[in-house]
Amino acid sequence: MIEFENVNKTYDDGTEAVRDFSLRAESRETTVLVGTSGSGKTTVLRMVNRMVEPTAGRVLWDGRDVATMDAVRLRRSIGYVLQEGGLFPHWTVLRNIATVPLLENTPKDEAMRRAAELLTLVGLDASLGERYPSQLSGGQRQRVGVARALANNPLVLLMDEPFGALDPLVRRDLQREVVRIREALGTTIIMVTHDMHEALMLGHKVVVMATGGRIVQEGSPEQILSSPADDFVAGLLDASGMMAFVNGDRA
Amino acid sequence: MIYDALAWLADVSNWVGDAGIWMRLVQHLAVTMAVVMVSAVIAMPIGIAIGHTGRARALVTLSSGAARALPTLGLLTLFGLALGIGLTAPFLALVVLAIPPLLAGAYSGVESADPATVDAAYAIGMTSMQVLRHVELPAGFPIMLGGLRTTVLQVASTATLAAYTADFGLGRFLFSGLKTNRYEVMIGGALLVVALTLVLDVALAALQCVATREKRVNGDGAVSGQ
Repeated sequence: MIEFENVNKTYDDGTEAVRDFSLRAESRETTVLVGTSGSGKTTVLRMVNRMVEPTAGRVLWDGRDVATMDAVRLRRSIGYVLQEGGLFPHWTVLRNIATVPLLENTPKDEAMRRAAELLTLVGLDASLGERYPSQLSGGQRQRVGVARALANNPLVLLMDEPFGALDPLVRRDLQREVVRIREALGTTIIMVTHDMHEALMLGHKVVVMATGGRIVQEGSPEQILSSPADDFVAGLLDASGMMAFVNGDRA
Repeated sequence: MIYDALAWLADVSNWVGDAGIWMRLVQHLAVTMAVVMVSAVIAMPIGIAIGHTGRARALVTLSSGAARALPTLGLLTLFGLALGIGLTAPFLALVVLAIPPLLAGAYSGVESADPATVDAAYAIGMTSMQVLRHVELPAGFPIMLGGLRTTVLQVASTATLAAYTADFGLGRFLFSGLKTNRYEVMIGGALLVVALTLVLDVALAALQCVATREKRVNGDGAVSGQ
């Protein structure tokens, strides 16, 4: 379980990215942070693996303040998937997937065997293993990104707009894949997206955020759909073509 | 005159012996390589550190600006006056000349790594040194090689000045030819410097070409399919 306790992030120039943000992301569930750009959702996500340090407040992982953990160890125990995969261009697909196990001194043949298994797990053909990222399609790169994030059997997976750059069909495929992987591995997922449709499809809990990390509404997809908290939430639903499914009186 | 120079170059007896062309060529190459190596040992770590941390960037601009403003001959005279006749003065002057382009190459090479890839490297748990080794240095290699190429050319052509205070290198033919009014020796020596520089440039260009192609095929999306 990941808990945010009254976290703040103010940058040196005085910009307040996140103000007094509190949230609980349950284990083995998918929590989706959804909002427009500038809502601080990525900032909040990156606090979990200490890519961003909060100026105030704490982030707890199973009750332990992540600020007290070694940043490198913490990051290696948390999977991280970002838009476009963030793969290393000069390494093959298999070498990319094996990055973290190799950093952790896993013997090379064992790390590579595991990488090959993961390649199949994310639905890619084993023959792609020796290719370089530039020789893959966007969707394939993203699958490799997911495989790399899973390589060290992380209990927590952070996903930052993982499917933002993909076309709708590929995106739907990958979304299904993520659901399947979470069910198979029991991973806790925190995901950031600006797509309400994606949030409702994948989230056990959906957190709608507005400027400055303000939580506008938090609840199950059913709760969000049945009673959007305000016009902002309704607007997000509308923009994703989900308004037809809303059965509250605002529809 | 050119004919005389070519005749001088064609005369086998001019190539052999302790003051012959071969010896001078070897000396010239040796001093060039030594200068580049010493400068690289000083400049590369600093340039890489600046590119990696993003700190003290001004040092790079400052040093290349200062280097452009510094007349090498003036510097050599200054060092020569302080250190006397010998190889030390031109060696130091050449090192001062060689540091800025190496520094700039190392810095811009490391800096050229895709920020998104660097961010991802940190986010999955690489240490600062691992990011440098696995991401930034491979990405910056062709640019660093470019810096090396510029530097070698500058040093190889300017190393003629070593003969100003020492009996060393191809520059000897220029200075002694001038003193004894043997212009065919001067021109012949100048042609040798040009030829050596061209050969070095072609060799390093080929190396750079291979490194860049390697990077493109394995890296930056030339064969990208959607």
